[in-house]
Amino acid sequence: MTKTVDPHTLAMAHLPALPPRETQLKILYYMKVVRELENRIERKLYRQGKILGGVYVGRGQEAIAVGSCIDLREDDVVCPSHRDMGAFLIRGMSLRTIFAQYMGRKTGATKGKDSNMHMGSLEHNLIAFISMLGDNVPVAAGIGLSFKMRGQDRVVVCSFGDGATSRGDWHEGLNMASVLKCPVVFICNNNQYAYSTPLERQMAVENVADRAPAYGMPGEIVDGNDVLAVWNASQRAIEYARGGNGPSLIECKTFRMTGHSAHDDASYVPQELFEYWETRDPIRRLERTLIQQSIFSDAGIAEMDKGIHAEIDEAIAIAEKDPYPEPEDCLRDVYFEEQ
Amino acid sequence: MALTTYVDAIRQGISEEMERDDNVFVLGEDVGIYGGAFKVTTGLLEKFGETRVIDTPISESAIVGAAIGAALMGMRPIAEMQFADFISCAFDQITNFAAKCRYRWGAGVPIVIRAPSGGGIHGGPFHSQNPEMHFVHTPGLKVVCPSTAYDAKGLLKAAVRDPDPVIFFEHKYLYRRIKEELPDGDILVPIGKAAIRREGADISIITYGAMVYVALDAARELEKDSIDVEVLDLRSLLPFDREAVLESVKKTNKVILLHEDTRTGGFAGELAALISEEAFDYLDGPIRRITAPDTPVPFSPPMEEFFLPKISDVLRVARELYAY
Repeated sequence: MTKTVDPHTLAMAHLPALPPRETQLKILYYMKVVRELENRIERKLYRQGKILGGVYVGRGQEAIAVGSCIDLREDDVVCPSHRDMGAFLIRGMSLRTIFAQYMGRKTGATKGKDSNMHMGSLEHNLIAFISMLGDNVPVAAGIGLSFKMRGQDRVVVCSFGDGATSRGDWHEGLNMASVLKCPVVFICNNNQYAYSTPLERQMAVENVADRAPAYGMPGEIVDGNDVLAVWNASQRAIEYARGGNGPSLIECKTFRMTGHSAHDDASYVPQELFEYWETRDPIRRLERTLIQQSIFSDAGIAEMDKGIHAEIDEAIAIAEKDPYPEPEDCLRDVYFEEQ
Repeated sequence: MALTTYVDAIRQGISEEMERDDNVFVLGEDVGIYGGAFKVTTGLLEKFGETRVIDTPISESAIVGAAIGAALMGMRPIAEMQFADFISCAFDQITNFAAKCRYRWGAGVPIVIRAPSGGGIHGGPFHSQNPEMHFVHTPGLKVVCPSTAYDAKGLLKAAVRDPDPVIFFEHKYLYRRIKEELPDGDILVPIGKAAIRREGADISIITYGAMVYVALDAARELEKDSIDVEVLDLRSLLPFDREAVLESVKKTNKVILLHEDTRTGGFAGELAALISEEAFDYLDGPIRRITAPDTPVPFSPPMEEFFLPKISDVLRVARELYAY
């Protein structure tokens, strides 16, 4: 039976409904960088054979990581999932580091030890994702626990897809975070497909957020393609966690506008779904809003696009010249090594 | 001078480390008010409070996951698995998350996972296992198996201070059956160093955990036959003390590998491979293994007794090998 989720559970009247103008422009910028960065990775470098291994992009889902992470504090921590490129950029990981990572270079975030979005950096308070979906959920609980133990008012944002919510670690992690009242904001990218498996074969409840009350935490559903709505819900959940109230869950309804990975043509997805969700593209939606409200102009957008293309061209040019790791480097750093 | 049991030694180690470093804390099932299923953490809640002695839901995977998260933020968690058997529920977090963080992105995960292991207490298939080899086969982890109160304390403290994830298999048969006088002050036993428990010239028995006592009892018996047995206690399995193993084999030229874990894929196989690669020319007889058979741990006393390696097994194999 589906429980009704109160959308106002996290209502915080003192918080503004919308971010200020500069933040809205920053949001647009990051979503656009993610889109272009992932287009280059998936549609160019991968097809040119310059990127080996898996490529998983978040096309159409850019609003979720950007909207939830844009106003975090530097000392907050993010545990991104595999379609959250925006989180890495916002936390300050460079485009060059990201391209080098995808191309297996020594200058990549994992120095060639791991591939694609499996990037982490303690310096940037970014926790590297692993392929076992949902494993970052208990880890996020522990990060939050450490903040609580030390009396720090830091929070953790932890993301996952709809598929990950079928794993035991997800349930154990949500439960533990709630029981121990850890300051975590759980963000679900519900893109309606886990590889080829549609939602109705993944879960028997209608919404991921329906599960939140079972763990004693607020759950809220937002339009994951409306970045300002994601921002708004995230701000309230962040404030809630920072205030010592414990975790909450935000389900962002969105759609995966690609296959699971670059090799998957997604032929199992009905074409009309792509067409429908194309009209809800989060970047064009924000552009329209900004222009309608005279916050930004067509010319401004064109200039922003131009700048982003140049930034990315430059980063790729550098990363392509970056060295590969030495073969023997594979033996290093299994354990702590004296420098 | 008071004698300290193995269980008290572990508790002392935890308590001293918690006093030394505010980042050290304990989490697990029933570790707080109840003091742990084996009373290892008794008194810690009263001493350190519920912020640092945390009772958790029955969620081994989340216990380890939470320990990992806290460790990434600079804490030094000690996670308790109520029985080592339950560590299988946390296998993924241990082998995929904890073990690979440093290698992948340079993030150390200094956690200790305590796991009460071993049989001889009529615990049956799910309260008696020796699951060390699941983890010995995972690069990035460290695995220790103390056999004495001194080592239990010293390895626990070394594990807490280690920058990498350590799985601490404490043998529950030993909790209250062995005791010794412990020196005052800090005891640290380096991870990866074996200890000779008895010097001998004729046969080396290489073992760890509770089987150290089976080996020592057998050695005393064999002395009556003028068979001089050396007993080498590995103490750590990952990393393990290759030099000590090879040195002992080169001295006695005959070797018995003894463990309570089951046979196929057990640590004895790794030792046998090392010895034949590095000390083949020194061997005056076949490398012999004494292990539990390849079955789950049975419950009923006659079957469990049959299952566990015992003194009579060691006596028989040692006499055969001596005569070889």
